[in-house]
Amino acid sequence: MAKSIDVSDLNIYYGDFLAVEDVTIPIAAKSVTAFIGPSGCGKSTFLRSLNRMHEVIRGARVEGKVLIDGQDLYGSDMDPVNVRRMIGMVFQRPNPFPTMSIYDNVLAGQKLNSKRMKKAESDDIVERSLRSAGLWAEVKDRLDRPGSGLSGGQQQRLCIARAISVEPEVLLMDEPCSALDPISTSVIEDLIHELKTQYTIVIVTHNMQQAARVSDETAFFNLSGVGKPGRLIEVGRTETIFSNPQDPATEAYIQGRFG
Amino acid sequence: MTSTLEPSRKGSAVVRPGDRIFAGLSTGAGLAILVVLAGVAAFLTIEGIPGITASPDEVKSGKAFLPFVWPLVYGTLLAAVIALLIAVPVAIGVALFISHYSPRRLGQLLGYLVDLLAAVPSVVYGLWGIQFLAPNMAPAYKWLEDNLGFIPFFAGPAASGGRTILTVSIVLAVMILPIMTAICREIFLQTPRLHEEAALALGATRWEMARLAIFPYARSGIVSAAMLGLGRALGETLAVAMVLSVGVGSTVTANLISNDNPNTIAANIALIFPEASGLTVNALIASGLVLFVITFLVNFAARAIVDRRKEFSGAN
Repeated sequence: MAKSIDVSDLNIYYGDFLAVEDVTIPIAAKSVTAFIGPSGCGKSTFLRSLNRMHEVIRGARVEGKVLIDGQDLYGSDMDPVNVRRMIGMVFQRPNPFPTMSIYDNVLAGQKLNSKRMKKAESDDIVERSLRSAGLWAEVKDRLDRPGSGLSGGQQQRLCIARAISVEPEVLLMDEPCSALDPISTSVIEDLIHELKTQYTIVIVTHNMQQAARVSDETAFFNLSGVGKPGRLIEVGRTETIFSNPQDPATEAYIQGRFG
Repeated sequence: MTSTLEPSRKGSAVVRPGDRIFAGLSTGAGLAILVVLAGVAAFLTIEGIPGITASPDEVKSGKAFLPFVWPLVYGTLLAAVIALLIAVPVAIGVALFISHYSPRRLGQLLGYLVDLLAAVPSVVYGLWGIQFLAPNMAPAYKWLEDNLGFIPFFAGPAASGGRTILTVSIVLAVMILPIMTAICREIFLQTPRLHEEAALALGATRWEMARLAIFPYARSGIVSAAMLGLGRALGETLAVAMVLSVGVGSTVTANLISNDNPNTIAANIALIFPEASGLTVNALIASGLVLFVITFLVNFAARAIVDRRKEFSGAN
């Protein structure tokens, strides 16, 4: 559990369009890395390339290497389905399966791995995952109710529980709080702190304070103009990036002069 | 402030003429449906009652109403249900291929072709059934009788001309396929991207994504599509009348591959009506009433199925 990620010279294309250019970044195991930057700078695209979710869009492809503990994600023997089973993802808008109960939502990933489980065993996984996601106390009496009946913040924590129930190596979060109220946001930020003892977490956020609060490392992405590819400008310890950035663009963005 | 609010509280709210006209038009349209439906039901009931109460020697079939209509009801339901069993999986498969598997160009082309199938008149399907499908199915029926004859469905004797209720069901399945495929395709395309991505990000294959995200979302739509198809299969007249070889005794049998088949209500009306007179006509109208009721019940059942899991439908 919890593996490191090593990205070197990664270019991401949509058809002929170069969306993200030449990213090299090491991500340590059991740490929280935040991606910040203005809209359209490719941080979400880059995040989705870490579990090959960007391939859902026709014509998407990459050049370069992504290594998970030395294993090449884009190797010819790698099935994207297996990659995604290993690397969990939480989306911008909460997306529990509306037709499933809370219980079945948590177990959705387990069922895909087509393990036959005893009732006691699956009960166990549901409770453990919901506890880790900080949702157990709120839903333990209504596990058979539809997941779509929960509030937005609860739905997002249900999605986190669903993602971690299969014990992934890495957890990717694509602006997980941008659709939530401040209270739910702070609950999820606390959760990220707890989860990083077990998982490698990569989070995209538009909210610089959030990056400062939750992350160990911060990576700043930028683009030089509309239609130009996004680039990784600099990456380092979160304190350093926020107090003493190397690049003038990073400083300008952090001080709120653009973006 | 109070002085400006006061008049609007006392007087009735201002209604714009556009609103009033539109409300009138839509209410009128709604009422028109009810009036037409009530009119048809009233006609069938009033004209049908003498047929129901007629004594056996007054009608051409020489039977009381229940023994007369029961084999027809059985034949109607049997042909329609088998057609549905054949058509539903095919429609779902084709729709899923068009919406999620095929390259976009090919999907569009296939979509047009399926829509084109819907435009073929039923007499053409009837010709195809009697001239092509029936003779070509005959050897298959013989094989079924020889090898699977122990199953009551295939007990035989196999019809040498192939004009069996199974052939009719296949023709009906082809006829209801386009509308069902079109509806399923539209609904599959509307599956929220968010749910599809949720499934994919958990490591679902495309088929697993279909099971996790698309089918549950499309469930009520698939049921509606099936019911529309069933409605058409229940009421289809010409193709059945052309293809089906009807047994002399209007038999009720599980045997699907013989020459001795129960007729369907609609095809029976079409066959008998031109030469019918007196109470025979009333008996035929009464059988039409039975078909009307069956179609109604089918629709109610479909609603019930869709409503049962409403909270899980994703609409809340």
